[in-house]
Amino acid sequence: MIPGIGAFTRDILWCFSQVKGTMETGTTEADIISTVEFNHTGELLATGDKGGRVVIFQREQESKNQVHRRGEYNVYSTFQSHEPEFDYLKSLEIEEKINKIRWLPQQNAAYFLLSTNDKTVKLWKVSERDKRPEGYNLKDEEGRLRDPATITTLRVPVLRPMDLMVEATPRRVFANAHTYHINSISVNSDYETYMSADDLRINLWNFEITNQSFNIVDIKPANMEELTEVITAAEFHPHHCNTFVYSSSKGTIRLCDMRASALCDRHTKFFEEPEDPSNRSFFSEIISSISDVKFSHSGRYIMTRDYLTVKVWDLNMENRPIETYQVHDYLRSKLCSLYENDCIFDKFECVWNGSDSVIMTGSYNNFFRMFDRNTKRDVTLEASRENSKPRAILKPRKVCVGGKRRKDEISVDSLDFSKKILHTAWHPSENIIAVAATNNLYIFQDKVN
Amino acid sequence: MSQKQEEENPAEETGEEKQDTQEKEGMLPERAEEAKLKAKYPSLGQKPGGSDFLMKRLQKGVRGTISSEPKGALGMRSVEQKYFDSGDYNMAKAKMKNKQLPSAGPDKNLVTGDHIPTPQDLPQRKSSLVTSKLAG
Repeated sequence: MIPGIGAFTRDILWCFSQVKGTMETGTTEADIISTVEFNHTGELLATGDKGGRVVIFQREQESKNQVHRRGEYNVYSTFQSHEPEFDYLKSLEIEEKINKIRWLPQQNAAYFLLSTNDKTVKLWKVSERDKRPEGYNLKDEEGRLRDPATITTLRVPVLRPMDLMVEATPRRVFANAHTYHINSISVNSDYETYMSADDLRINLWNFEITNQSFNIVDIKPANMEELTEVITAAEFHPHHCNTFVYSSSKGTIRLCDMRASALCDRHTKFFEEPEDPSNRSFFSEIISSISDVKFSHSGRYIMTRDYLTVKVWDLNMENRPIETYQVHDYLRSKLCSLYENDCIFDKFECVWNGSDSVIMTGSYNNFFRMFDRNTKRDVTLEASRENSKPRAILKPRKVCVGGKRRKDEISVDSLDFSKKILHTAWHPSENIIAVAATNNLYIFQDKVN
Repeated sequence: MSQKQEEENPAEETGEEKQDTQEKEGMLPERAEEAKLKAKYPSLGQKPGGSDFLMKRLQKGVRGTISSEPKGALGMRSVEQKYFDSGDYNMAKAKMKNKQLPSAGPDKNLVTGDHIPTPQDLPQRKSSLVTSKLAG
């Protein structure tokens, strides 16, 4: 069911479906979810956390008995993807936190995903085993070698069914290619290459080759004193394998074509919204830093997230975005304290729905926002345990800025800035969303019937 | 020449809050916030987006917790925590481990002294690692 298709667009009614994680108030830092991603069919949902672990959920088959309940997501596999390391040369610790997970499209029975921390990208294979061979000649049932002298007959080993086992194995480790911290990975539409981006450089990899990568963008100045901006996010075009974009801390986006030259330091397109100089303040550059950039599924638009807004850009128009949505403009009068508690540096992500008609991003107080591009309506919802009765419809939330506060509203000063929703994901074709609220993962679905 | 007498009496503004007066000065809530910040940290650098700020970001080398230290001269928290060497790092980790909750069964079946251990005999690496609570 894809919204926005056809003459009739109804507002989606979001219902609580599931929540994963504990309710304990003291959160272990390792449990903080750092990335969420559906695979290309939506059958699998992967999360990464600060402790370097990956948990994959699988949607259960819908049974005919429970038509009113869509398939739930249950744990499919979990593994330790990255571990903390120590950079001996620089005497710095390398965090095991999973910065990003990206799925590869499925090409055989196994699932493949890329996961990365600050320095190393790994390709993981997740496969099922539901049969095991029995009746070896040279080994006994426990796997110990038999004395060949005792073997008098030959038999053919047979495959017998066993309890389903899901194994995750690291198939490739792409290491030592980044001096700075990796912020993005993106699988190319050719399914043969992918890119990894750090603060100053972007590298192109072939999945089969781990000891080499091509450097395709390098914005490091010869003299580091002249450094003015860093790369904040990067993504390949969904259909054109030669095209990618990267965003900067100055609020600009560059589109590059790899056919133009081996090193894409000169962009093909440069997207920047002109700023009114009279509006400039100490905070201007910080809040204009783009924390996420995503191509639409159609490949025609890009969406960027900066601290206070989400913008949609048409690839054919570089001088300004075609749509700008205010996420939490009421924070403008709180920038001083948000700077002091570092919240102004929070990196929010943004996502498209399957038909590119609705966009979603997170905010504080466990609020998240959705904007319907067609109807121009927006809604604020909350991920909280209080709204977690099965199929309970989420009530829209409202923040009041000053003056009279209505009963259901919450005032800006009461917002909990430690409860931030940085990572969300939208199922590729259905109205199912996954929202990471610190150490809990919420799954919401639209109301059936 | 008749001069238009403007309302000069600030009593006009008594009904409004102080914040509005500030806003009139800067015309923007951002400017008011900037003034607040500069009042608190007079030594704040002029260019927040300048190279000092970015250099700090590039050198981040520690777990991303908010430091309790006060902001430095540039108004930036020092997020960089360099260790002197690997010994220093391992000592710091050991201290942290002692403070953490007890881990699940690290002592099982440690094999020492009797014979040369094989990979099967050794405990799983990081057996103290806890499975993610999302999978629970």
